[in-house]
Amino acid sequence: MKTIVIDPVTRIEGHSKITIHLDDAGRVTDTQFHVTQLRGFEKFCEGRPFYEMPSITERICGICPISHLLTSAKACEAIMCVRVPPTAVKLRQIMHCGQVIQSHALSFFHLSSPDLLLGFDSDPARRNIMGVIEAHPQLAKDGIALRRFGQNSIEGLAGERIHPSWTVPGGVNAPLVAAHRDRILAALPEAKAITQRTLSLYKSIVDRFSEEIEYFGNQPTMYAGLIDGSGNLELYDGHLRFIDAAGNVVVDRMETEDFEQYVGEATVPHSFLKAPYFKQAGYPDGVFRVGPLARLNIVARCGTELADAEFTEYHQRYGKVAQSSFHYHHARLIEILHCIERMERLLQDPAILGRHVRAHAGVNALEGIGMSEAPRGTLIHHYKVNEDGAITWANLIIATGNNNLAIGRSINQVSRHFVDGNRLQDGMLNRVQAVLRAYDPCLSCSTHATGQYPVEIRLVDADGAVLDSVRN
Amino acid sequence: MSQQISVRIDNELYTATEGRTILQVAADNGRSIPTLCYLEGLSAPGSCRLCLVEVAGVGRLLPACTTPARSGMSVTTNSDALAHNRLMALELLFIERNHVCSVCVSNGHCELQSMAQRLGMTHVHLPYNFPRLPVDVSHPRFVLDHNRCILCSRCVRVCDEIEGAQVWDISARGINSMLVAELDRPWGEAQSCTSCGKCVQVCPTGALVEKGQAVEEMTKRNRIVTDLAVKRGART
Repeated sequence: MKTIVIDPVTRIEGHSKITIHLDDAGRVTDTQFHVTQLRGFEKFCEGRPFYEMPSITERICGICPISHLLTSAKACEAIMCVRVPPTAVKLRQIMHCGQVIQSHALSFFHLSSPDLLLGFDSDPARRNIMGVIEAHPQLAKDGIALRRFGQNSIEGLAGERIHPSWTVPGGVNAPLVAAHRDRILAALPEAKAITQRTLSLYKSIVDRFSEEIEYFGNQPTMYAGLIDGSGNLELYDGHLRFIDAAGNVVVDRMETEDFEQYVGEATVPHSFLKAPYFKQAGYPDGVFRVGPLARLNIVARCGTELADAEFTEYHQRYGKVAQSSFHYHHARLIEILHCIERMERLLQDPAILGRHVRAHAGVNALEGIGMSEAPRGTLIHHYKVNEDGAITWANLIIATGNNNLAIGRSINQVSRHFVDGNRLQDGMLNRVQAVLRAYDPCLSCSTHATGQYPVEIRLVDADGAVLDSVRN
Repeated sequence: MSQQISVRIDNELYTATEGRTILQVAADNGRSIPTLCYLEGLSAPGSCRLCLVEVAGVGRLLPACTTPARSGMSVTTNSDALAHNRLMALELLFIERNHVCSVCVSNGHCELQSMAQRLGMTHVHLPYNFPRLPVDVSHPRFVLDHNRCILCSRCVRVCDEIEGAQVWDISARGINSMLVAELDRPWGEAQSCTSCGKCVQVCPTGALVEKGQAVEEMTKRNRIVTDLAVKRGART
């Protein structure tokens, strides 16, 4: 029996490895997806005043800090029992759109476009963003420009592109200045044009990947994500909806505080990443997917004109429920378009310059849960505090964690189809990594708790024999 | 009438009133010597050691905040050796506790942080202590975070000398020193505290802060103490 280890997986955010077990005939028997890092935020936040949590937890990530910032602020607001002023909600929504745009652009252009444009089997030395710049300079420039638009929008609102302190529990700490609004609006048409031509390009090449579409996590699972009052796409607020593999609604309009009734978290021995599952289906059968693919599967429509046209075409191509995780890429591009349109609509509202942007309160509840849609899927921050406002317990359920079980199954499916242990080629293993990239996992975000994961230490002699092992 | 004396500071000759400290004479003449524990309007403990200066004929460094200027004295406030000493003193403050600027409510408004920038502190050359320290959130309006305390004792002095409540003290010795309210009880239970907030306003870091201030939001107004002292004629 042989084992293939891909360590580290490249062009993803964070650190992980994949183990592929082969039988004597070189066929894949099993696969494992290991997240090999540990962060510890949930533990070292204990004792901190709760209102510091947004700025502490946003440091979890440099790519999606805004998601942690907003979700944490919402959890704090549940503790404060305050209603955030409507202008502040809109400002947060704009900032969130900016982040989804830049994060999705990073995933598509910088991390996955080398596979899509240069080919899964192309020379690995050139199969990266530098290779894309060489072969497709306009697309590379577009990717950089789109990411810059998203980052500049965040900076225009919050003063900083990464880790801004502008969002505070209760709202934001400064209203929007008209000049900054105008600057974002002026840059918006270019971002829209880039997204539209990238969507056209993607649709022109997607049919080349029929084999990958067939085996990249093309399995029935549940899907989860937030919806607004009309059942449309909602990234900042709203209620959680679960649908089954056929598209039937299983749970609808779930209140944030009820999430523990439906979502359980399992620990797995080979990874620092916990595996959330749908409780009613149990572990490990309660697999659900979150993120762009899931969101476009659960919603009635996007709610903006251009994105809705793309949404209709998307489902005409892939059916009512797009099942292959390959379609994360397409869904991601549609969400970028939706966010640009959403930003435009919000910025054109004169009320966006309102001066009342913050509510104040102390501790009015001893527990608070915040939920939002991060670029990679549903993100949950859950805090408990004492009466003085010190954090006594924290649990973060990260978007990538929600996809953990689905990622594991997808890797298994891809490996079984593409990997042949007798004539191993780079393109085979690249496809195993590419299915992970389709989820755009952020593993540095996803591992937090400490002290509850099984850790095994092995003492191995020079011949590879295990002399001793210790488990915690 | 106080006697006028002549003092040489960094080779410039200045006339000063007898009784003024080296720090005050320097400040009177537009020369700024780095300080952290010193605050105009409060007594000077000379404990942070940032204002150490060289005095000709004296074999050791002297704190400018507590050393009276004397006639004929020749003082050096800037030299390579002093810069080295100040940086070392500052680095020792940084390693002692947990100063994480990026997630601090005083980020951007912190005297310790500003001093590091002023003195050009780019690295800390000693290993950090990373002590496990509590955060006292028991007071309804204020927070004491021991992680960010540099034991400058401004809070102790302002509470004693200006407010007259004497809530604060420093307990234990050396590395074990801790700021304590009354006889080491949670701040929220300190019966002598008037909740005036002067200690918060004079604290140079994010150790004493207003409750509910998010990261980067805590700005201090330590001039109120100086102004109060001047109005009362206690110190100038």
